[in-house]
Amino acid sequence: MSLATMFKRNSLLDERSTWVTSVVLVVGMLAVVVLHALPPDHAWHLNGSVVSLLGKYLTYMLLALAVDLIWGYLGILSLGHGAFFALGGYAMGLYLTAQDAPLEGWQSAMAHFPVAALGVVLAPGLLALVFGWLAFRSRVTGVYFSIITQALTFALMLAFNRNEMGMGGSTGLTRFDELLGFSLSSESMTVALFVASGVAVLLAFWGCKALTRSRLGRVCMATRDAEARVRFIGYRVEHVKLAVFVLSAMIAGIAGALYVPQVGIINPSTFAPLFSIEVVVWVALGGRATLYGALLGALVVNYLKTVLTGVMPDAWLFLLGGLFVVVTMFLPQGVAGLMAHLRRRREVAT
Amino acid sequence: MTPTHTTISRLRGNSGLRRVTGLNLAFGLNIVSGLWRCLPVMAALLACFALVSPAQADVSPERARTLLQALATDDFDAKADAAQAIAASDAAQKTRWLDALLDGRLGRERRGERFYIITDDSGREWPIIDAITFEDAGTGSRRSVDAFRINNDLRTQLQGLIASLSLGAGDEATRLDAAKRLIGEVDAQSVDAVATQLDNEESPAVRAEIETALALYRVEQGQGEALATLQGNLDTRVRNSLTTIANSDAPIAADAERVLAGIENKRAWYERGQTLFFGLSAGSVLVLAAIGLAITFGVMGVINMAHGELIMLGAYTTWMIQQLLPGQPGLALLLAIPGGFLVAGAFGILIERSVIRFLKGRPLETLLATFGISLILQQLVRTVFSPLNRRVNSPDWLQGAWHLNEALSLTLNRLGVLIFCLVVFAALWALMRYTRLGLEVRAVTQNRAMARSMGVRAARVDMLTFGLGAGVAGLAGVALSQITNVGPNLGQSYIVDSFLVVVFGGVGNLWGTLVAGMSLGVINQVLQPWVGAVLAKVIVLIGVILFIQKRPQGLFAPKGRTS
Repeated sequence: MSLATMFKRNSLLDERSTWVTSVVLVVGMLAVVVLHALPPDHAWHLNGSVVSLLGKYLTYMLLALAVDLIWGYLGILSLGHGAFFALGGYAMGLYLTAQDAPLEGWQSAMAHFPVAALGVVLAPGLLALVFGWLAFRSRVTGVYFSIITQALTFALMLAFNRNEMGMGGSTGLTRFDELLGFSLSSESMTVALFVASGVAVLLAFWGCKALTRSRLGRVCMATRDAEARVRFIGYRVEHVKLAVFVLSAMIAGIAGALYVPQVGIINPSTFAPLFSIEVVVWVALGGRATLYGALLGALVVNYLKTVLTGVMPDAWLFLLGGLFVVVTMFLPQGVAGLMAHLRRRREVAT
Repeated sequence: MTPTHTTISRLRGNSGLRRVTGLNLAFGLNIVSGLWRCLPVMAALLACFALVSPAQADVSPERARTLLQALATDDFDAKADAAQAIAASDAAQKTRWLDALLDGRLGRERRGERFYIITDDSGREWPIIDAITFEDAGTGSRRSVDAFRINNDLRTQLQGLIASLSLGAGDEATRLDAAKRLIGEVDAQSVDAVATQLDNEESPAVRAEIETALALYRVEQGQGEALATLQGNLDTRVRNSLTTIANSDAPIAADAERVLAGIENKRAWYERGQTLFFGLSAGSVLVLAAIGLAITFGVMGVINMAHGELIMLGAYTTWMIQQLLPGQPGLALLLAIPGGFLVAGAFGILIERSVIRFLKGRPLETLLATFGISLILQQLVRTVFSPLNRRVNSPDWLQGAWHLNEALSLTLNRLGVLIFCLVVFAALWALMRYTRLGLEVRAVTQNRAMARSMGVRAARVDMLTFGLGAGVAGLAGVALSQITNVGPNLGQSYIVDSFLVVVFGGVGNLWGTLVAGMSLGVINQVLQPWVGAVLAKVIVLIGVILFIQKRPQGLFAPKGRTS
């Protein structure tokens, strides 16, 4: 099947998936806000901790979106996206810590929200720029790239574990009080962060969608499928890769920044290679190169994790490991691919 | 040092030297004052045993009791005199008395006239023996036996007494130990006696130590010619003395400084040797962990993220075999070598048959699937055994260290791992180079279609190669069990490193893996003193990441059409 026809079919399918996903997201968010607003003794009332948990899922969905953007559309499997997520989180963590007690040295600048907000996107963006520039320029691809991204996040984990980094050592940054002058422990703040995360997911989803349907997106997919050909046609493949990789890292950074105030802590374990690779399985389960699949995968796997680690903690790693094996062997396109496959069969039948 | 520690170190038979040096550092001032007080007696004593032959007669029980009775006083000066009287006497038991007194294990019956030596003072009830006849006297306790107390001055003095007594003793090892303790303890009164002892001494090793002791004394007295003897001596006490002299305004200060510089230089070289050894041993761990991966990833091109867990299985096999053979850690370890290979190899073949062969040519999917397997294996071990770390015992021949000299000692378990690594590497290399399987593996790697048309069963070769790589991971686990605790997370800590070693060395190249692993180990060790362990590791990781980007084919790129 030629690239053009595949893209055409994809675009038709995407049209519907885009508005369905948007509607589901908006309705879901409104539902959560309304249910939370119900009186506490009402049977349908959602309390603050559940809203906060859902907000955390939203940040994970944002992270999954970032991974899908480069893995699904560019064919770059990053096993170190947790590092960008964590860097964004640390930038936010520094800002929140600075509200409590003034920091020293360069960190004191993080007390101002605009600077911190800039740090949230610039810290992961710069790392991705330097790392990606070096890697793509020397044409490190495939598993090699995956392995060195894993080594990168591992090295950062070791570095942030040191107290000398001034990032709280192995405890990380915690005990946050207020954000933009509002107390973090208040219920309205929880809802506000939830809504902010939801809006961020929605905007990122639309943005990524627009990107993948643009000319740049088509070059991305062409690079994924036949890198050498795209290069011979005359595109500077490494520039395309670098641009999208940096964008993806920035989205991951924003996800981390939204994650930290809702969870209340950021520590080096976020850099752990296991977390980054878990993100990959969310995307793989949901379905690569669909964007909505990544959102779905992140939500489902994390919901399962919350339930299972509470009920039978031993079973969680068995399930996660099993998911990796089953998805790669039997569901190479993930749940989204399965749904598309079923729909096509139904269309053929009718 | 607590009494229990002293007892234990005594059982190991090398307590004397360690205790003296330890105390020298801690109680330097006390030693000076203590020595000063006991000088005359000590000199007399040394002269006494140097002239009179060391043969000792049994003294009468009455005399022995009188000697011991003198210790039963609260006045430490009187106690010191009593100790010297014991050392000067010809009682055959005197060394044992002084040893026991030094450890606080010599005592008197609270209600009665008998003297006891407590053989083990760790519990509430002590086994005791009669101090004069050495016959078993049942048990005693704090309430029935009053142990003689000593202070730091007395302790220092007792050490000197015991050292001088042992210098005349028959056993060469005892004399050597005593001679070593003499270094820095020789003084004006005892110098002649020590010199006489040197003339009578036949063992070259003991002679060398006594000569050092004498030379050090002479140098301290300002005799420059004695410095020649001290050239290149690595003893800490010699170094300390020389440093003091070199910093003083004595006429030989310049000469002393020159000798000292020589010593420091020699020491620095030995320290570099030590760093190199640590680096190579750390590197051999990396090589062991990575060499199996060099086969599965490097030769077959399969990304096996469960490699670390196969290492863990090898380590758990060692632990299991040790549980089955209690009390025989050596035999268990030897059995674990084939055992670990077979267990990990079997799991490897299982993984290859059930998952990997269906994902051929899809490296990213293989990576994810094998990562899933690694999580399952980890949790399996956690559920079946326990999430806690297990300790694997080392056999006697892998415990302790090989002391080459004062500045260089090699830990035996690390040395063992280093040798094991080289043996495994050599065996693997020979297997790939000379056997039928190795030939087939290379053929399938280079041109699968051609190899199959020549009659090679590629699927079988895949299975066996993967089994081999997994089995070698198991061997790595057996070796790791000797230097670290065995736990469910054992594999995870090596997986990132292992992949980097293989990629750094150049994929498809066993030699590259060896060189890469060893050099990363050494670089890490060299960096450590400057930046600390964690940062050294971070720097090495970042260095390798940058290196791969500069040279994606690794240190040793495969040449020709195979690449």
